[in-house]
Amino acid sequence: MTNAPYQTKRLHKRNDVVFPIVNTIILIVLMFITLYPVINTVAYSFNDGTDALKGGISMWPRVFSLQSYQSILQDPAVYQAAWISASKTVIITLLNLFWTGMLAFALSRREFVLRKFITTLMVLTMYINAGLIPNYLLISKTLRLAKSYWVYIVPTMFSCFNMIVIRTYIAGLPDALVESARIDGAGDIRVYWQIIFPLCTPVLATVALFVAVGSWNSWFDTHLYCASKKNLLTLQYLLKMKLATTQASANAAKATAEALANSNTTKTTPVTIRCAITVISTVPILVVYPFLQKYFVTGMALGSVKG
Amino acid sequence: MSVPMLLYVLLFNYGPMWGWINAFKDYGNRKLVARGITPFNGLDNFKWLFSRPDFFEAIRNTLAMSVINLVFGTVSAIVLAVLLNEVRQRAFKRTVQTVTYLPHFLSMVIVVAMAQNIFATNGPINDILVGLGLTQTPVFWLGEGKYFWWLVGVINVWKEVGWGTIIYISAMTAIDPSLYEAASIDGAGRFQRILHVTLPGIKSTFVILLIMNIGHLMEAGFEIQYLLGNGLVANYSRTIDIFVLEYGIQQMDMGVATAAGMFKSVVAIILLVGANFVAKRLGEDTLV
Repeated sequence: MTNAPYQTKRLHKRNDVVFPIVNTIILIVLMFITLYPVINTVAYSFNDGTDALKGGISMWPRVFSLQSYQSILQDPAVYQAAWISASKTVIITLLNLFWTGMLAFALSRREFVLRKFITTLMVLTMYINAGLIPNYLLISKTLRLAKSYWVYIVPTMFSCFNMIVIRTYIAGLPDALVESARIDGAGDIRVYWQIIFPLCTPVLATVALFVAVGSWNSWFDTHLYCASKKNLLTLQYLLKMKLATTQASANAAKATAEALANSNTTKTTPVTIRCAITVISTVPILVVYPFLQKYFVTGMALGSVKG
Repeated sequence: MSVPMLLYVLLFNYGPMWGWINAFKDYGNRKLVARGITPFNGLDNFKWLFSRPDFFEAIRNTLAMSVINLVFGTVSAIVLAVLLNEVRQRAFKRTVQTVTYLPHFLSMVIVVAMAQNIFATNGPINDILVGLGLTQTPVFWLGEGKYFWWLVGVINVWKEVGWGTIIYISAMTAIDPSLYEAASIDGAGRFQRILHVTLPGIKSTFVILLIMNIGHLMEAGFEIQYLLGNGLVANYSRTIDIFVLEYGIQQMDMGVATAAGMFKSVVAIILLVGANFVAKRLGEDTLV
């Protein structure tokens, strides 16, 4: 009788030791699985091209070589693409913050007459989409944006989802802030820029991250609208083209790998070049990511609050 | 000051719906199309679509991959969130979170480029399988249709599992700690606490996400199938979106492509409203 509770307690004790250890091991394995493809790609990118075709490279280059990077960095197309990618990312991020923040502020004001109507209109766009072809027709035929730099900017300079996220955040700020500023004689614009905007830094940082990453990562707009314009290609699209070329050979992967491995003519191969471009286009994200990480979790949690 | 953006949203989000009119037009006659003449043909485009086996194949692929993604994605995110929730050392928890969120920010092009290395015939996965003696010859992962759906599922889980935990973890932090204490006092072990406190605590979050995802069931994604797919697996990789792209942009048959896209959108709306209705009946939070 007296023994029973003691035993369950001991059982719990053992459970409390074993579980955290198992849990930690599982999570460490998981981190390894998450990082492995990245490390593997970096290892390939620094490997000698012909040697890489034999495969079997895991976490460290087998025959170290900078050939792939050298050949990429000699290619003016890469610089042009990097410039397009970077410039459009910066412009879109700034435009998004500007428009999205202002509208979010307007929609968070209860005295705004059309508030309900406009909010519903915005929320619906998250679920209803006209589809690829009507969008294509609008952008390339009606607005004639295709094959110009504008096609990167105009269709993506505002996002309803991000607006809802910011609006939810502003709605959580105390109303008294706006009221007292009003009493002191500040107009709407001034209230926004001097009171609301500085308070919204965390959520704006989140939105900036989403927008910037989305813009940097996009390739399909290039594919659809600008594929024929050599000077408007983006880094992601260059990489996508490399995928296509290696895929064509993937159809006969086994045969070609062996055949190429025996010929020592070229130092670089599609595989190592592809990996090098992958690394180059990943680096900017890896650089920005740690700085914004502390913000985006709050931002995501807000986004889950229904509009 | 919201007027310009309102017009913008109307133009870019609602404007294209005018384009749905193309679903009822005939783009079959190249000569007429070149002169800008596209006569109405009623429901002919839809009739043609539903006579095509490759359209049904596209629907099958879309649904198969989105169901795989939904099940794998949700289960893996909840499991990881529970495991993370049990971690007591803050620094370790943060490290795991930082690492597992990372792939979410990589573009699909990059992810597919990595996947092509990992799943190559001479890549690490095959090395392990051959090394363990599970297969004699390397498996041609990227070139056989029967693997494609599962490959997409695995890659999507790898990319999104960490990100998927964010919402569940924030739901878990909202659980009243006294519930855990009460459960412990009543003699509940760690697993019982997870089962009876943590999981019920995230139920409403789970339902909302499920509704949203059911609304997106017709969106199996497009990028990964387009980038990872190749001629050998086309019968398994072609989703409705790729079908639309092939007919609309490559073959310039806007009528049929719009009809296919419109079918997708309409089904998505029906699914969303339906799931929302069921959730309301079950007494859960609803989306709309």
